[in-house]
Amino acid sequence: MANVLQTSFLPSTSSLRRRSISGSKGKSQSLQVKAKIREIFMPALSSTMTEGKIVSWMKSEGDKLSKGESVVVVESDKADMDVESFHEGFLAAIMVEEGGVAPVGSAIALLAETEDEIAEAKAKSQSSSNSTPQVVEEKPKQIEEAAPDVPAAAAAPSVPVAKAVTLGSAVHPASEGGKRIVASPYAKKLAKELKVDLGTVVGSGPLGRIVAKDVEAAAVAVPVAASPAKPDPVAPGIELGTVVPFTTMQGAVSRNMVESLSVPTFRVGYTITTNALDALYKKIKSKGVTMTALLAKATALALVQHPVVNSCCRDGNSFTYNSSINIAVAVAIDGGLITPVLQDADKVDIYTLSRKWKELVDKARAKQLQPHEYNTGTFTLSNLGMFGVDRFDAILPPGTGAIMAVGASQPSVVASMDGRIGMKNQMQVNVTADHRVIYGADLAAFLQTLAKIVEDPKDLTF
Amino acid sequence: MHSICFQATGVPGSNYIFDSCSPALAISKPINLRFCGLRKEAFGFSGLTHSSSGRVHFSSRGHSKKVSASAESNGSPPKSFDYDLIIIGAGVGGHGAALHAVEKGLKTAIIEGDVVGGTCVNRGCVPSKALLAVSGKMRELQSEHHMKALGLQVSAAGYDRQGVADHANNLASKIRSNLTNSMKALGVDILTGVGTIVGPQKVKYGKVGFPDNIVTAKNIIIATGSVPFVPKGIEVDGKTVITSDHALKLESVPDWIAIVGSGYIGLEFSDVYTALGSEVTFIEALDQLMPGFDPEIGKLAQRVLINPRKIDYHTGVFATKITPAKDGKPVIIELIDAKTKEPKDTLEVDAALIATGRAPFTNGLGLENVNVVTQRGFVPVDERLRVIDTNGNLVPHLYCIGDANGKMMLAHAASAQGISVVEQVTGRDHVLNHLSIPAACFTHPEISMVGLTEPQAREKAQKEGFEVGVAKTSFKANTKALAENEGEGLAKLIYRPDNGEILGVHIFGLHAADLIHEASNAIALGTRIQDIKFAVHAHPTLSEVLDELFKSATVKAAASSHGPVSEPVAV
Repeated sequence: MANVLQTSFLPSTSSLRRRSISGSKGKSQSLQVKAKIREIFMPALSSTMTEGKIVSWMKSEGDKLSKGESVVVVESDKADMDVESFHEGFLAAIMVEEGGVAPVGSAIALLAETEDEIAEAKAKSQSSSNSTPQVVEEKPKQIEEAAPDVPAAAAAPSVPVAKAVTLGSAVHPASEGGKRIVASPYAKKLAKELKVDLGTVVGSGPLGRIVAKDVEAAAVAVPVAASPAKPDPVAPGIELGTVVPFTTMQGAVSRNMVESLSVPTFRVGYTITTNALDALYKKIKSKGVTMTALLAKATALALVQHPVVNSCCRDGNSFTYNSSINIAVAVAIDGGLITPVLQDADKVDIYTLSRKWKELVDKARAKQLQPHEYNTGTFTLSNLGMFGVDRFDAILPPGTGAIMAVGASQPSVVASMDGRIGMKNQMQVNVTADHRVIYGADLAAFLQTLAKIVEDPKDLTF
Repeated sequence: MHSICFQATGVPGSNYIFDSCSPALAISKPINLRFCGLRKEAFGFSGLTHSSSGRVHFSSRGHSKKVSASAESNGSPPKSFDYDLIIIGAGVGGHGAALHAVEKGLKTAIIEGDVVGGTCVNRGCVPSKALLAVSGKMRELQSEHHMKALGLQVSAAGYDRQGVADHANNLASKIRSNLTNSMKALGVDILTGVGTIVGPQKVKYGKVGFPDNIVTAKNIIIATGSVPFVPKGIEVDGKTVITSDHALKLESVPDWIAIVGSGYIGLEFSDVYTALGSEVTFIEALDQLMPGFDPEIGKLAQRVLINPRKIDYHTGVFATKITPAKDGKPVIIELIDAKTKEPKDTLEVDAALIATGRAPFTNGLGLENVNVVTQRGFVPVDERLRVIDTNGNLVPHLYCIGDANGKMMLAHAASAQGISVVEQVTGRDHVLNHLSIPAACFTHPEISMVGLTEPQAREKAQKEGFEVGVAKTSFKANTKALAENEGEGLAKLIYRPDNGEILGVHIFGLHAADLIHEASNAIALGTRIQDIKFAVHAHPTLSEVLDELFKSATVKAAASSHGPVSEPVAV
């Protein structure tokens, strides 16, 4: 009996449905081609999207479309979305079938105004279908305010990891020795979404049934199992000697990485003592506070004092000082990575921030992040500390001013000011910044402030 | 009446009621309309054919025809009657008939062996609406995305099962006492006990163990309703294998419940259970879920009501055996392929809800005393709801309304039929147009419909040689829907472009059940699109969805806007 429901249970795919593609993008959706045959274009569903995959056509050729009616479901680099028709008419010809990929702005279908023009449109689609790729070249201008997509260094999420996958190891009495898999409807749905093989999951539900939390636990366990403990780079499921094309998300990562080369960046490192932070973490961990949230909070508080580090350069001529401090945190998810954003991290209290973080990670895994939840970051954090990495260097995501790479906090022998030698936990951070707007002295001052906050973290909990 | 009642289907959760009608509706003929929804023409509506499975086991009356002879001899029609009208069964149908009878000046009695209100009030539409009201609110509170879009912040929503169950029960009691009081206040005699027909115009009633009373009436209406239909092989224990009767008491909220049948009842309960935290598995005999709905509405409903929720399904399968949970074992459901009859799968769940439709409750009615044999339990009637005997002759002064005749198993249809019968016995000939009766499913969002589905309309069009037009509008374009942040929805109009006749309207979206009446009234009154499109709707309201729908239809210019058919009669 579920007397108290988790709030995270409801928003599933319905939360993904966008009302409509906003006006500015609308113009790229439909251009008047001929008097009465319009092309339906692959819309830009996010500022970083350059191509989209057709998940499904909700209408068939010959169907009548009303203005505002959903026509097609498109998978962008972030999420699946419904795309609506901006005009009335008939869906005359589908030019990109389900499963097909088309660049943003290229025609994916033709819309005829009247039924009579369907045949004409069909003929047109055949003649033009060969030439569709050229449309790509027409739209190369990347929007500068592009979302911070992905830093080079992937960070695994710091959510509680793989706790007790073997909770209820009872074998289901009816599973006939593993021949049958008994999983609840939601567990099956989740397994499909998270690409978890139910055959490998041990159920903890009634009579050993696999329930949703078993699948979630298994999904978290997989990346951890494949991490530093086993340095074997070959993850299960990868066939050696093959060439595997990028997924939409990996394609977006690749483009962003190349684009980052046009930004003049530099790096400044700092070593921060974390004993006080570790003690605080230990104290409030039971209240659901995560280290990621603590680091984000500390960073945000430091940024309050150094707004320039929270700025970015959009046009090469000016500083854009962001009004809010939104900390994006890189998360590795199946087959790629994404940067959920903790909005107003300076203002939100640490407990809310931790809850928010957990929710974002859950959504990210289910590929249900809304665009504002991953593309509004103003400063990015990438943390590989949990893998024992002591220092690394991150690539600046396009559209932001700085990213901070956080290494592991490790016991080190240090000489203190009073001439003694002692043991302290120390963590190395390394900030990559856009030198057009952020200079060395800015970063140095910012890091000094950050170190102070971390070394005396009482402000983090208010 | 504000709600649906459960609809019977012979096959688990399938066969929408309209499947059975070979519509002989001739709206194009000029007629005089005096009452909404009551028509003068015959309407070939055989409700008996839609139960395609022979599994209803209520045909035990077939062997006792002899009795009627003797009954006739000692039961010759009395000269003076105790009542003008006796109604057997005080459900929504009987209640509607009783109220109208009093209005017409008839001395009326109603016999009820159980509780006043029947299925609808006690075990159907009414308590289920209470549960659905709760599930709607839970859904809203849990939808963080939705709340945030409105700028609201709500911390974790929870519920108290007993509190929810009490709400449903209290609502049923309240409506029941309203119904009882309204009849008492009007002077309807409520006779307690099981009613049995003993001869023409003669009924006995009485409680078990008490002497029977015999009363006579000029006319008798059978309105005994229906009970949940449980297919063979399914063992109902009331705890883990349940019907809607048990489910409405909400004695438990299982983690995982299988719902057999994806018609109205199953769909509404899936809405309730998933909102309260259960996971649901549908078992549907036909190849697609929600088989009764217009296919386009069904497709959209599946995208919204099934796919994003914690629901999975097996289609094209029969549940041949369902064993309740006992001795630490779960509920076990054996599935076979509906076509090949090969064993397909075995499910183990915490509970199973049998929502395979409803079977008529006509056992022990004494129909043999008037030489009537039920057909799969249904009382055979003609289009004027007059009972037909074994020889195909009409039984004088005997009528049957509601679920017991199987024409259209909805509470408000029963009530409309009752009113139609009272009209007839008070000297006015009437035939109810069943195609003007709306139906609704109270999921979130709601589904509603009236008239024909698109495939039915196209079939009829092909037979009769006319064109079919389809118009659609989306809730996404409606200001009020967007203000509520509930833009998901579609309204669909099926019509004749040549004369503007409305053949069917289907709505999926916010408050669809309330919106359908503009369309059902238009069908009942014979209003044409070219006329109704000039009617004004308040702005901004959800009703504008229908306004836009009518306006988006293209009626050929030749269709006169004030033809004889569309002219409403002033009363």
